[in-house]
Amino acid sequence: MGVNQADIMKETTVLQAPKKNRTVQKWLKDNMFSSWLNTFFTIALTILLFFLFKVILSWVLFSADWTVVSVHLKLLLAGQYPNAELWRVFLCIFLLSLLTGFSSGIWNGTMTQLGLFFAGLLALCLALPFVSVEAKIWNAASLLVLVCGYFGGKKLPLKKTVLFSWLMLFPVTIFLLSGFGILPKVGTNLWGGFLLTLLLAVVAIVASFPLGVLLALGRRSRLPAIKYFCVCYIEFIRGIPLITILYVAQLMVPLFLGQGIELNNAVRAMIGMTLFSAAYLAENVRGGLQSIPSGQYEASHALGFSTPLMTFFIILPQALRAVIPAMVGQFIAIFKDTTLVTIVGIIDILGMAQNVAKNPTFLGKEMELFLFVAAVFFVFCSMLSYVSRRLERSLGVGER
Amino acid sequence: MKKSPFFLLFTFMMLSAAILIGCGEEDTASDETADGNVFDQVVSRGHVVAGVNSDLPGFGYLTSDGTYTGFDVDFAKAIAAAVFGDAEAVEYRPLSAQERLTAVQTGEVDVLLRNTTNTLSRDAIGLHFAPTTFYDGQGIMVRKDSGITSLEDLEGARIAVDTGTTTEMNLADTFRLLGIDYEPIVFDGQDQVVASYEQGSVDAWTTDRSGLVARLDTLANPDDHFILPEVISKEPLAPVVNSSDAIWYDIVKWVVYATIQAEEFGITSSNIDDFMDSENPEIRRFLGLEGELGEELGLDNDFVVNIIKQVGNYGEIYERHLGPDTIFNLERGVNSLWTDGGLLYSPPFR
Repeated sequence: MGVNQADIMKETTVLQAPKKNRTVQKWLKDNMFSSWLNTFFTIALTILLFFLFKVILSWVLFSADWTVVSVHLKLLLAGQYPNAELWRVFLCIFLLSLLTGFSSGIWNGTMTQLGLFFAGLLALCLALPFVSVEAKIWNAASLLVLVCGYFGGKKLPLKKTVLFSWLMLFPVTIFLLSGFGILPKVGTNLWGGFLLTLLLAVVAIVASFPLGVLLALGRRSRLPAIKYFCVCYIEFIRGIPLITILYVAQLMVPLFLGQGIELNNAVRAMIGMTLFSAAYLAENVRGGLQSIPSGQYEASHALGFSTPLMTFFIILPQALRAVIPAMVGQFIAIFKDTTLVTIVGIIDILGMAQNVAKNPTFLGKEMELFLFVAAVFFVFCSMLSYVSRRLERSLGVGER
Repeated sequence: MKKSPFFLLFTFMMLSAAILIGCGEEDTASDETADGNVFDQVVSRGHVVAGVNSDLPGFGYLTSDGTYTGFDVDFAKAIAAAVFGDAEAVEYRPLSAQERLTAVQTGEVDVLLRNTTNTLSRDAIGLHFAPTTFYDGQGIMVRKDSGITSLEDLEGARIAVDTGTTTEMNLADTFRLLGIDYEPIVFDGQDQVVASYEQGSVDAWTTDRSGLVARLDTLANPDDHFILPEVISKEPLAPVVNSSDAIWYDIVKWVVYATIQAEEFGITSSNIDDFMDSENPEIRRFLGLEGELGEELGLDNDFVVNIIKQVGNYGEIYERHLGPDTIFNLERGVNSLWTDGGLLYSPPFR
């Protein structure tokens, strides 16, 4: 495509659009005070916004008592994870920063932005006055390897190693967090706070993706057994609310499993959320599959591609690219839906905020806690949607 | 594509087979649970799984260092101390009001200590209620300047209440009986109830009296409010266990009695060593110095000593979480020993 454009550029003289005279005064006059009516609205809204911000800011800066957040910061972020074993959580963050650093060096663009975002978060944690010294040292180390990784990634040919490491990161994280007999065991009943929110979301997103793609393909299959199974599954899951699935996963599954098998409740919630998310994702992917013109199928058959080859190298790449916005929307929704686990007695960041608000010493401080939780969610959700926009632009979605 | 009827039939059969297998497994599994011996499971597991409240000040909540504490939580510790001699051998499962009873029925938790009101219909669904640990009752809070001093004055008032609780039903029952018209304003969660009351959008709000007292201190001007003298319902809060295991039920029951009996004897966690050479045969039996009361329950004979040393007697537990040194400053009232005119009465340890 680049070549074509260059050729065209050579042959025709393209007239540049006339440059606008962009001074502040002119912009204001054009956009804010172009007519009497607009002038009136501008002034009225400015006054309204001024008072609104004044109230909000004076509450945030002067009335609110943020000690409730700073005292409980560890609980909100890492739940009841034992303090003595907290280094494992930090080690996970350390490994994550290392990989993010290398990746942002190797793949420019979106990954660099992501690395910057991550570095910003770490720097923010470093700057907060009430964070413990241990956390600060770990965060500083993470920030350091992130920067080192970035420059290392630019120089070293580590593409395959880094990709492999990303795949390994999740099992390693789970191993580190739970211990599995080698390190002291930390039961999932002690996992909580934002750590658990992230784990739930990551598992649901990562595991539901292949499942969703398979279900979408299955629904379009010519084999009735597979097709109707997929249709039944998707329609059944879409017909019941997530909260029902979580309840069944928490309270009914132990009954079905009987005495011998004990699945802990965090894993049960993860399974429930994955199964739920997969059904919705399948419908998103199916939308993408339907957008592929039949010419693509015919052409690939004519070229002698077998069905699996055609599906994985011709159809799916195009289909998935077309539904990136819908999929990211689904992922953001799942990320926020993880807060529902509060109702089944798993303490994620929102549940933790509700719980610590009931500490007699801090009664009546819900607003501060909930604002903090909202801010955390806002930061991560807007990061997700920003990444999705970058991804769309780099893949050229919406330009066809 | 041509759909052959054979394939459709095949699909249908596969699905129904899957469903049937699922049902079959379910049946056998639930039988197992019903026969399950809770006490054996607890012992082999090495800790008690206790369903608790994680957001009720005074009764069960998280402290700033992330541990559970509260009046109900202390009874979970007492059970662990009795069974294992270690009050910390508890795994806490925070449960919501909706799922708590199901969690006991399915064996998710060994014992539920979550300010649960003992009622007939709850007892009848395969649960057993241990002795009441706290006698509560529903009350109503109003503003002093509203001029309301009794239930009759609430004619036409807007009363905020938490949805889905016995509180809501008690309110309706009481006011229908008295023939008072009122407007219930229903909220999901006590925070919203209190917020609306503070903003003045309702005239009164209602919940258990212990909850009212706990919240009174957090209002902007506690002196501007007061709690009506009428108690409009009985709320005996008690530990709950699955009815499948009579031995486990007995253990939970006698652990609660032990804390009450210890207070009656005047044995506390600080002075228990003085009682170890007591001449009183009742106290000697109680502390396991004579007889085999503990072994009859399947516990160590000195299980009471473990409870008192590690958790304390009923009075100590009460003072620690609800007494004058806490923000609640709840009077013992009916939660006093029978010797002080209260309702706490332990059958003899013999």
